Amino acid sequence: MEVVKTAIAGTLESSDVQITIEPNGNGTAVDISSIVLNQYGRQIKAIVLDTLNTLGVKSAKVTVVDKGALDCTIKARTECAVYRAAGFAESFPWGGEKQ
Amino acid sequence: MTEKRRLRRTMMFLNAQRPGLIKDAYIYRPDSVMFDLEDAVAENQKDAARFSLYHALLNVDYCGVERIVRINGLDTPYWKEDIRASVAGGADGIRIPKCEYAQDVKLVDAAIEAAENEFSRVKGSTLLMSAIESPRGVLNALSICEASERLFGVAISGADFRKCMQTAYTKSGVEMAAARGNILLAARSAGVQCFDTVFTNLDDMEGFTEEVVMNKQMGFDGKSVISPRQIKIVHDVFAPSEKEIREAEKIVRTVRENADKGVGVFTIDGKMLDIAFVPGAERTLALARASGLYEGEF
Amino acid sequence: MKNAIGREIPDELLVNAEPYKGNYALDGVEYTKPGPTVRASIKPQESKIAGSLRDAIVQCGLKDGMTVSFHHHLRDGDYVINLVMKEIEALGIRDLTIAASSVGTAHDPVAKMIEDGVVTGLQTSGIRGRMGEAVSNGKLRTTAILRSHGGRVRAIEQGEVHIDIAFIGAPTSDEYGNARGTGGKSDCGVLSYAMVDAKYADKVVIVTDTLMDFPNFPPSIEAVDVDYVVVVDSIGEPKKIASQAARMSQDPRDLMMAENCVRVMAATPYFKDGYSFQAGAGGPSLAVYRFLEPLMIERKIKMRWAIGGITQPTVDLLNKGLIQCVVDAQDFDIGAVRSVHENPNHYEISTSQYANPMNKGAFVNKLDFVILAALEIDTDFNVNVVTGSDGILRGAPGGHPDASAGAKCTIIVTPLVRGRIPTVCERVVTVTTPGDSVDVLVTDYGIAVNPARQDLIEALSAHKIPLSTIDALKDKAYSMVGRPDDLEFFDRIVAIVEARDGTILDIVRQIKPYEL
Repeated sequence: MEVVKTAIAGTLESSDVQITIEPNGNGTAVDISSIVLNQYGRQIKAIVLDTLNTLGVKSAKVTVVDKGALDCTIKARTECAVYRAAGFAESFPWGGEKQ
Repeated sequence: MTEKRRLRRTMMFLNAQRPGLIKDAYIYRPDSVMFDLEDAVAENQKDAARFSLYHALLNVDYCGVERIVRINGLDTPYWKEDIRASVAGGADGIRIPKCEYAQDVKLVDAAIEAAENEFSRVKGSTLLMSAIESPRGVLNALSICEASERLFGVAISGADFRKCMQTAYTKSGVEMAAARGNILLAARSAGVQCFDTVFTNLDDMEGFTEEVVMNKQMGFDGKSVISPRQIKIVHDVFAPSEKEIREAEKIVRTVRENADKGVGVFTIDGKMLDIAFVPGAERTLALARASGLYEGEF
Repeated sequence: MKNAIGREIPDELLVNAEPYKGNYALDGVEYTKPGPTVRASIKPQESKIAGSLRDAIVQCGLKDGMTVSFHHHLRDGDYVINLVMKEIEALGIRDLTIAASSVGTAHDPVAKMIEDGVVTGLQTSGIRGRMGEAVSNGKLRTTAILRSHGGRVRAIEQGEVHIDIAFIGAPTSDEYGNARGTGGKSDCGVLSYAMVDAKYADKVVIVTDTLMDFPNFPPSIEAVDVDYVVVVDSIGEPKKIASQAARMSQDPRDLMMAENCVRVMAATPYFKDGYSFQAGAGGPSLAVYRFLEPLMIERKIKMRWAIGGITQPTVDLLNKGLIQCVVDAQDFDIGAVRSVHENPNHYEISTSQYANPMNKGAFVNKLDFVILAALEIDTDFNVNVVTGSDGILRGAPGGHPDASAGAKCTIIVTPLVRGRIPTVCERVVTVTTPGDSVDVLVTDYGIAVNPARQDLIEALSAHKIPLSTIDALKDKAYSMVGRPDDLEFFDRIVAIVEARDGTILDIVRQIKPYEL
């Protein structure tokens, strides 16, 4: 999936995470700030990269502002941001990204 | 008791867009949660709410609490995608808002079936309920209740209904009396469950309790709730008394014993009883068990 | 070597100290109390008022390397520490040790003095804000010592800490130094934390903003112990000293946990007429009062005494006659401040009376129940209330270890997970209250009883209270949030956590900056 515009998903509420995805010339860069960085920073990074990879995102600039979100929320917000950034509005392949 | 007829004393609304709410609402032990994609979610966040919902359905263990999704209205561009996300995630049921005709139910039923095929879910595993929010919906209640095999119940929804009727909430409930009565009659005729509307004033727990007592007396199966603080009140009101539990247990036991002997009609404490009393007695025992008041064999 | 709760204590710390050996290991030990050096005032003298803080500091003879003490009854509104330390810094005095009952965000300016070497020692029962960051990042030139409230007065009364000058902020004082916690424009209710300082410091300076006619009676701090009185414009910001009356939490999670705490209490043999009780000031702990009240009325029982940091909910039950008396070592809100003024059954006590393990019997020893929060609790029931999930000091042992050790039934109430941080974990970062003094854990996901308390397990089971185990709760937490990475520290030890009896419970090392 190609990132064609800047998109944001998620909020700065407790237990949420805000993901901003912007087009990036070459490769993927992830910047993370989190209230649980010392204990979960690496796991947050892994789940974001894994989600991008599954969606076939080859290059993007990703900014993660985490307020203690669980993995399923990080995944949901990342997917939403990617689809928005790719200009994709409906008929999502729910679960299909696993294949 | 089948899934379709499980106990649903409380259905707690949760904004599907808010991770802090959906991550563990089951700890308050409502019988069902209602992930809301409709009114609670802003127009520009409908997609985000679906992603949240989908991943919560897949990943959060709700520990036996039923997971229903309130989709967007059939007059919006959202409801079909809502159904796909819900079915893909494995929701237990779908709630149709603003239902007015049996045709509305059939439309959603078909979309669910298509989604069940698309996402390899067991056909018929996604249940359905209708929210009736208008005078026309109230008048069409019976045909709505009979429109789908999936449909387990109907709920009256007060906010829109009162607006349509040019009235407002009263403590006595007189403004809703006809609507409540009518959908109860329809639900009972069709053999499906019936749920009362939310009570929105969280500062008036006394008024809430009175309304729940009235709901129980009218014959509702349960009530939609908007806060965990309302759950225990509903469960306490719906809990059967010690005496009711003992009688129900006696009925079920006597019917089983007599059935073994081939006897169909018998007396308990001087009252003539038959097999028709069993479903009511079983429901009493199920309520008692859910309230932690009964640990017996039936 | 490893201490009794399995924490590795480096040998170099054990030259002059013992490792923790268990809650009551030092019971019956005998010791001689030290006395302060006192300058007699035989000649008649009208007033002890010094011209300024600076004058008082100079006249007390403060020198490099000395120890100065402060209390924290003025909480986040405190101006006194900053006022005094500013003058000390201006005088060019260095290498001081601050012995405070607690320091917090109000004292952020002192963090710079730690970096500059004006302050090189710190002993406290609580540490937050910039000072916590400075200590955690290794800026303090010696190792900080963290003690419980009871442990702090014990250290003073046993002579482990010698206070050269005690600076005691007081809402009111007369010109001779009779000082009270009540009245004035910076009312904090009581002066419990300062009482022992006044008895054991060589020099005592009262800092007040409201001078009363002599004698200002009955005094919390007696003039016989006071050298100088300094009048300043203001000793604190009233709004931050005593907050508006604590409003009972409406958060359904807090309420659910509070209700379960009361179910646990009611299932124990201690819940009977005449029982005693302490609750922390956190949301779920305070909400316990809401469920206690109807149950006490239903069972027709009264609480003989409540103790602790006092808040409005305690006062409400006192006024309703459901609590017979309140013994008060700190006031958290206006309701508590007002009550200690007005209610004859609401008494001020010293922190030694409250919790010192080495006197002849403190109030906490007679507690039936205490309900407290935790930042973390591990599967051995050890509690951490001082280091955050980022390894930075940001909390207070306070009275937590004291009340826990004393009470017959210690209940920790905490959500299983905060944000993404599992509260119930394999191993807490820092032990501040040892697991052998914790009896029951109440979370939003279930209740666990310390296996050492089989009697409580039986009592709760008999009342059909569903019980989990602390391991199962930990597993549940980790299944939701994932196992947290271990924090990474340098070798440098930045703080020692003393058990209340003065043995070493745990150590805190300097946190490493996190790299992804």
